[in-house]
Amino acid sequence: MITLTINGSARALDVDPDMPLLWAIRDHLDLTGTKYGCGIAQCGACTVHIDGQPVRACQTRVGDVGEGRITTIEGLQGRVAEAVQAAWRKLDVVQCGYCQSGQIMSAIGLLTDNPKPSDTDIDSAMDGNICRCGTYQRIRAAIHEAARSLA
Amino acid sequence: MMTNAISNLAASPTSRRNFLRGSAAAAGALMIGTYVAFPKAKALAAGAAASAGGAPQPNAFIRIAPDNTVTVMIKHLDMGQGNTTGLATIVADELDADWSQIRTAFAPADAALYNNLAFGPVQGTGGSTAIANSWMQLRRAAAAAKEMMVAAAVFQWKVPASEIRVEKGVVRHPGTSRQATFGELAASAATLPVPQEPRLKDPKDWTYIGKHVSRVDSAAKTSGSAVYSLDIRRPGQLTALVAHAPLFGATVKSFDATAARNVAGVVDVVRIPTGIAVLARDTWSAMKGREALAVEWDDSAAEKRSSDAIMAEYKEIARRRGHVAANRGDAARALASAAKILEAEFEFPYLAHASMEPLNGTIARNPDGTIEVWAGCQFPTIEQAVVASIMGVTPDKVRLNTVWAGGSFGRRATPSADYLAEAATILKAIGGRAPVHLVWTREDDMQGGYYRPMVYHRIRAGLDAAGNPVAWEHGIVGKSIMMGSPFEAMMVNGVDPSTVEGVADTAYAIPNFHAQVHNAKEGVPVLWWRSVGHTHTAQAMEVFVDELARAAGKDPVAYRLALLKGAPRQAAVLRLAAEKAGWGQTMPRGRGQGVAVHKSFGTSVAMVADVTVEGSGLKVERIVAAVDCGIAVNPDVIRAQVEGSVGFALSSVLRNRITLRDGAVQEANFDAYEPTRMSEMPLVEVHIVPSTEAPTGIGEPGVPVLGPAIANAAFAATGKRLRSLPLDLAALRGA
Repeated sequence: MITLTINGSARALDVDPDMPLLWAIRDHLDLTGTKYGCGIAQCGACTVHIDGQPVRACQTRVGDVGEGRITTIEGLQGRVAEAVQAAWRKLDVVQCGYCQSGQIMSAIGLLTDNPKPSDTDIDSAMDGNICRCGTYQRIRAAIHEAARSLA
Repeated sequence: MMTNAISNLAASPTSRRNFLRGSAAAAGALMIGTYVAFPKAKALAAGAAASAGGAPQPNAFIRIAPDNTVTVMIKHLDMGQGNTTGLATIVADELDADWSQIRTAFAPADAALYNNLAFGPVQGTGGSTAIANSWMQLRRAAAAAKEMMVAAAVFQWKVPASEIRVEKGVVRHPGTSRQATFGELAASAATLPVPQEPRLKDPKDWTYIGKHVSRVDSAAKTSGSAVYSLDIRRPGQLTALVAHAPLFGATVKSFDATAARNVAGVVDVVRIPTGIAVLARDTWSAMKGREALAVEWDDSAAEKRSSDAIMAEYKEIARRRGHVAANRGDAARALASAAKILEAEFEFPYLAHASMEPLNGTIARNPDGTIEVWAGCQFPTIEQAVVASIMGVTPDKVRLNTVWAGGSFGRRATPSADYLAEAATILKAIGGRAPVHLVWTREDDMQGGYYRPMVYHRIRAGLDAAGNPVAWEHGIVGKSIMMGSPFEAMMVNGVDPSTVEGVADTAYAIPNFHAQVHNAKEGVPVLWWRSVGHTHTAQAMEVFVDELARAAGKDPVAYRLALLKGAPRQAAVLRLAAEKAGWGQTMPRGRGQGVAVHKSFGTSVAMVADVTVEGSGLKVERIVAAVDCGIAVNPDVIRAQVEGSVGFALSSVLRNRITLRDGAVQEANFDAYEPTRMSEMPLVEVHIVPSTEAPTGIGEPGVPVLGPAIANAAFAATGKRLRSLPLDLAALRGA
């Protein structure tokens, strides 16, 4: 048995320690807000936080998480998260929406470390998150909007 | 379960359909499922599809509950294009509802109630038709529902209808200060006859159309709660992965599942027509089980050529006589006497749709023998029929549950319902004993076929002494999407309209014009890909017209405008984009502006691209777009679709291609087929032309013009002409 601390709760799982965290979250914890996009850390759709840092759940073995505190899109709380989600809604960023959990998790990571990111900062923090609908212009605007509301 | 006061329909689609049929048969009650021709709409109609639709059907599209919520039934798939918001906007406005009381639900499969009026008796989403085909249908349905509520108020209050006002979901009689909500009136309204010619609002009274409303899906899609089909979890479901043949047309010769069955979590392994399915208790176990399979393939009938070889064959075929797609004047004779002749060829690769959500679907057999499907259903009535035939039931025994789709770009609209058919064959192979959750991995999705066809264009044009085009000969070679599918009925004289659209119907006034097409026959499955034929025809037309302008020594915008005298809406977007982009300014060295204009799906779009070229690097700095899609139902959704079209199409302009080597697809994931990323996204400005014409498409028309605008900008910056897609950026080095 493996015990994960996820969204503030301890959850025991009977899975192969080699299983990527992504599939443990989606298939065994029924938290489906975290998405599968590529399985090779190219798209960022599976981004979750471990101890507040954005990580790609598809490349994280469930057996390696240990005591790490996992946060998924469903477990978000706090000022930065609220500001980011509010900005996404205000600017109607989403289209198909499938990548947006990962985009939001990455954006929260960026704004937590860097409350006033430049366009270049946004490029480097967000380049690992693919949006096939091409909503990048609004993602960028929403990050600036969230930064303003947090200032 | 929501009670529907207007129609008192039960929530189960099966019983609902029965009710609808029953009520249609019962004369005098609500007119449902009965179609009568109604006069072509007057002021706002353009295009038959927008004005067709039969008797108003409030109870097919609008459900008003006692809690005063208004649920709009969405007959289309929303794969991100925002049609759910648009369709709800039309209903909310014509009903005079309050936006906060509006809810949406995806409609079940029903060709009688929910067919696409642009497609005929098929329910489906494509061709950027969702708003266009629903426009009058929903306005009339909502107007009828509103009149029924007014009639209920008249009956209860004994006041004249002319004294009743409806605003933000409240029906009022100012003279007696009586008022009631929709929710309070709906039960009574439902007993009244449906007005056959309800009065539509005057556009000046619109409250939501053309204004800003928030997307209906923003909250769910930013909280992780929106449900896509990959998120479906049915009790006891098994996750299935399929080992597909590595070559198109290959089949299973033999297989050994011993090792696969020994993988922890694997429950079953079954042979199906498309390969070997591994069923497991979770996705990871299914992946490991599939890796452990030993399969020997029979590739005797498979396509084994490389894409280079197929393209070389296209070039040979192009020299022969093809099917005539358009012919005006005498192009051959005019070419013979032209003052100057220009020639060009354009090559286009196969492209994968690469939606963020890979293909998947869930299917189950209920205890009563009915079949239930959960998917991003793009062709519901086709999918229902395909699943029914595999499962050996009648279509009415198959219930489709449409959910949000994580993109599609055409991939979920296969005439064969390919991936849902595969899910059904797996369910059948396991005797229906557990729900089957079929998952295609990214690699399966990218290598599984159904690509934008590979295409070759060859053009010759003749100019007169003043530089005007007097002759144009155009040949296209590519595999037809429609041939061999139920859509083949739309082909005329061997011409697949989806191969030649954008060429055969060009708005450019060229007196002698001849276009022909060859239907290639390779064994690679092809399909519509966001904007379909326009993905390549706009590139060929708009780059070559740019070349003609340069050869004539004329400004590319002025040259096009002179040829667009018969197409005022295209001319208008071209002028607007040029003006907003500051067309004609002197650019510093290494920078250039390029323009393109094209009409697709009834919508005219012009784009001006500003690019910087450094070595073989090309950066698109800014795109200024002007768009005329008729009445802008949701201006912000329209802007989003054009912005998104740029982000979507940019990687196909710069680098994306699906390559076959000895028949095997080389690209498997986003590392080798890399979509646009944040740092590459240009600034996009979108200008919408005000219009009183009926709405036309917006999901696709932003895509075709991006490539030619960028290619023409690269020429302006460097003097190097790039034609084929993706652009050969290496050729810019040293230019």
